[in-house]
Amino acid sequence: MTIIIYSIIILGSLGLIYGLGLAIASRKFQVEVDPKIEKINEILPGANCGACGHPGCFAYAEAIATQGEEINKCAPGGEKACKAIADIMGLKATTRERNIAVIHCQSGGKDNTLLRYKYEGISTCKAAVLVTNGPNMCDFGCVFQNDCIAACNFDAIHLNENGMRIIDPDKCTGCGACVIACPRNLIELVPISKKVHILCSTHDKGAVAKRKCGNHTACIGCGLCVKKCPVDAIEMQDGLAVINYTKCISCGQCALVCPTKAIVDPLAGKRKKAVILSDKCIGCTICAKKCPVDAISGEPKKVHKVDSEKCIGCEICFEVCPKNAIEMN
Amino acid sequence: MEFIGKIFALAIAAIFVQNFVLMRFLGLCPYIGVSKKLDSALGMGMAVIFVMTMASTFTWLIQNFFLVPWKLEFLQTIAFILTIASLVQLVEMIIQKTAPSLYKALGVFLPLITTNCAVLGVAILNINDQLNFIEAIFNGFFAGIGFTLVLLLMAGIRERLEKAEIPACMKGTPIAMIVAGCMALAFLGFSGLKI
Repeated sequence: MTIIIYSIIILGSLGLIYGLGLAIASRKFQVEVDPKIEKINEILPGANCGACGHPGCFAYAEAIATQGEEINKCAPGGEKACKAIADIMGLKATTRERNIAVIHCQSGGKDNTLLRYKYEGISTCKAAVLVTNGPNMCDFGCVFQNDCIAACNFDAIHLNENGMRIIDPDKCTGCGACVIACPRNLIELVPISKKVHILCSTHDKGAVAKRKCGNHTACIGCGLCVKKCPVDAIEMQDGLAVINYTKCISCGQCALVCPTKAIVDPLAGKRKKAVILSDKCIGCTICAKKCPVDAISGEPKKVHKVDSEKCIGCEICFEVCPKNAIEMN
Repeated sequence: MEFIGKIFALAIAAIFVQNFVLMRFLGLCPYIGVSKKLDSALGMGMAVIFVMTMASTFTWLIQNFFLVPWKLEFLQTIAFILTIASLVQLVEMIIQKTAPSLYKALGVFLPLITTNCAVLGVAILNINDQLNFIEAIFNGFFAGIGFTLVLLLMAGIRERLEKAEIPACMKGTPIAMIVAGCMALAFLGFSGLKI
């Protein structure tokens, strides 16, 4: 009997002493953690991709909660995460357009690449470009060792049957991991609404570039697209046409004039022409002012008309019309 | 002089001849789990050294001043585990306060020191070997050193293995197991040592 009492007393007092000791220690070594950090961290996707510019999701959550970092920087989380964080922080959700990666080269497949030699070294692009500037003829083109696929955390880049890298716009979060991985700087992050891209990165002179491109779609620096662009969004940079995506309206005019098909327009032939509904138009002239190709004419306060010959289907008038009097047919 | 000799013998025994991980096969969970990076292995090792030394001290006192006088030796296991668990809690609080990055790196393995049988092992072995108070403290400390040494060796090897060309099916834990086996074989070489 006494042994039971002793056991209870000894173990009980041991537990009591340890409990008190820990209670005192927890007071002394208390770490104050902002509960917001934990909450935000739970919302963030946990991919630790670094698109926000922080070393990981937790660091970004910390920066939002403690340093007033912007809440719309998480590419994988997108709008949903931004809104949820806004609720926690008591801020307004300010979303911005999603970016996706675009590879500015149409070569690099099995049958559309011209080779100087057969590369049989370590299969990474970074190693391949170090050997006499890469195995392909073009000094600027894709060396097809697929570093971008290895870098992608979201399984958004796939090889098609020709061995070309295809970016899945639904899966791409615009984190920029592939942009960093590509040693040839072929990949750029582009707002998802922009559809027309110059898929070539060569700075070679026209004839040389044409000869070296296995896909025969090199930019030869002719400058036709620059002249044709209705909004001056294309610039020649050292023999290469480059689209300024903040100005680009994705009208596809440049793709029409490009002699080598270096400019790719997935919407070609699918664009609709604008038509003004005469019963709704009040003649405010906004559409005529905004039209990049002067296809809309008409006097103020009278019904305007669209010259369907000139209309390029950019849908700018459709978006600006205050009376919804424009239809795309 | 005799005392220093005794301590030296304890050190050699605890670190090499009777190494807790490779000869007694105690504490294998953190040995595989935290040996991926040298930094976190060092942190874990330090935490284990601290916990083992403290645990040796407190368990010896409890054994000899509470359990033996009242003939409660059968409560040894539960009393020791209680002590170790509280000590680990304390260490966790201190590390979280003073070294948050180490706290993050150690992750779940820090609370797992509680169930690290090497810690309970050293506490019970101290009693079984009838060491006196000072010897018990040193034995705990050296056992921790031995654990840390093996953990660091393993982490160094595994960092190199990361860059080695290993067949895909053997990457990661499988090759770590084989390395652990090789290390245990190598430590077997100390077993003939008599001091």
